Amino acid sequence: MIRRDGNLETTEVQEEYAGALAQEEPTSVLLRELVAHLRQNRTQLREEWARRITEAQLLTAMSKDEIFAEATSVYDNYVEALETETFEALQAYARNLSERIIPRGVETHEVVGIVLLLRDVLARSLFAKYRSDFTKLNRILDAYEPAANRIANTVAVGFVQERERVIRQQQEAIRELSTPVLQVRERLLILPIIGVIDPQRARQLTEQLLHGIRANRAKVVVIDITGVAAMDATVANHLVQTVEASRLLGATVIVTGLSPEIAQTLVNIGVDLGKMNTVGDLQGGIEQAERLLGYKVVPIVEAS
Amino acid sequence: MEVPILKQGDFLIATIQAALTDADLLHLRTALLQQVVRSRSRGVIVDVTALDLMDSFASRTVQEIVHMIRLRGAETVIVGIQPEVAFAMVQLGLTLENVATALDLEEGLAYLNQKSKTIS
Amino acid sequence: MEQEIRVVIRSDKDIVDARQKGRSVALAVGFSAGGATLIAAAISELARNIVSYARSGEIVIRALNGSPRQGIQVIAQDDGPGIRDLQQALRDGFSTSGSLGLGLPGVKRLMDEFQIDSEENRGTKVIVKKWKQ
Repeated sequence: MIRRDGNLETTEVQEEYAGALAQEEPTSVLLRELVAHLRQNRTQLREEWARRITEAQLLTAMSKDEIFAEATSVYDNYVEALETETFEALQAYARNLSERIIPRGVETHEVVGIVLLLRDVLARSLFAKYRSDFTKLNRILDAYEPAANRIANTVAVGFVQERERVIRQQQEAIRELSTPVLQVRERLLILPIIGVIDPQRARQLTEQLLHGIRANRAKVVVIDITGVAAMDATVANHLVQTVEASRLLGATVIVTGLSPEIAQTLVNIGVDLGKMNTVGDLQGGIEQAERLLGYKVVPIVEAS
Repeated sequence: MEVPILKQGDFLIATIQAALTDADLLHLRTALLQQVVRSRSRGVIVDVTALDLMDSFASRTVQEIVHMIRLRGAETVIVGIQPEVAFAMVQLGLTLENVATALDLEEGLAYLNQKSKTIS
Repeated sequence: MEQEIRVVIRSDKDIVDARQKGRSVALAVGFSAGGATLIAAAISELARNIVSYARSGEIVIRALNGSPRQGIQVIAQDDGPGIRDLQQALRDGFSTSGSLGLGLPGVKRLMDEFQIDSEENRGTKVIVKKWKQ
């Protein structure tokens, strides 16, 4: 349309031309345009986002300044991921961020929440910019949405993985604390086991005990399982292996506190209880251990 | 690899230095038996402190060594099995049945001394 | 970094070679001394099977340095007679008597993942993996 105002004419022609081009523009070109827009409007979009985070009552464990600082990093990493279409840097950043905020008590729903809010804030700004060109808006969103979803996914997964790693670490620490190998008398170790034993804990117990036998030069070990309610075949097998491995280090193992149920489990997996040294309770086990340690070989000649 | 065998009074001490091939193990078996006969030893200590691993063949050969030496009237004790090695062995089901074991050389000698008191 | 080490297995010397290399790779990946020993033990048994039952074969050890976890993979391949009764060979009755046959149940226990392909007269291929805790 020809207008008297030169500028308008130019703009409209440009828009029509741009609109026609939009049909042929490849995704990467659109993304570049998008990224430029996000960079240009960085300040106000970031502020908008931080405002919405506070509104949604997310990241309450952090101060406003902290939120702003992290928001800046996340924003920049977000835009960079869109620009480079690669996600390794984002993944690394997500794990790094998680490492920092998990000890602050930030939860998964908060992290997912803020990334989705950013996605929304950016999407809205795209609607605003391209509202007069529905076709172009669609093309831009076609480019934006998959990338934005992938980003949300990457950050969320990175956070969850980090969280799982922390939980595993904590479980490990708890396990170690709850299975002390005690040296009560010289050459005698006592290993009281309490609670639930899973295969991993069992394996750890065995390792700790074997190292303890070597360090303390133990000749007798009393493993007390009074505090263990039940044992499945796998763990029962671990117990047997612990007894056998201890013997290879020259130590005799006495198992005390064997409940009828666990005794049955052992029999079921083929253990000859007659060959296993078992005593009813810990007290009795320690007494037997002392007898074993004070055991003297009496020459046959002397006995007669 | 030749395993050094030392004589200490009535006993022999074979100290394994590193990983042994099957051939090395069989050689050790022969050498120990010969030495037991030659020295009329009453006990043998096989020190496996430096052994990286005891697999099914090593385990079987050790049992044979113990058995053969017992036929000559002497006792054998295996010492120095490391915690990691012991753990791997029991996972593979290798329990060295009928083989005496002790923590280290000192314990091994104590065991043999005790044992030889009952041997008339 | 993808590391892959191949060891040709023809004699008992190769068994020691393979398991020592396996131990090195395991330690490099970051396994503890205990974990590395378990891996070495599995390699020893697998290599031993090759020596005992096949003319020759190879062990391929590969560090798995991906994320989120790291581990080690061992492939034991041979051109031997194959295993006729896989079920029997893999039977693990949790007995501690120590089967001195093919040792496969033991290998399975030592590793986290275990896969076997064997057919009579077509050789055997065992793939095992262990992950760092």
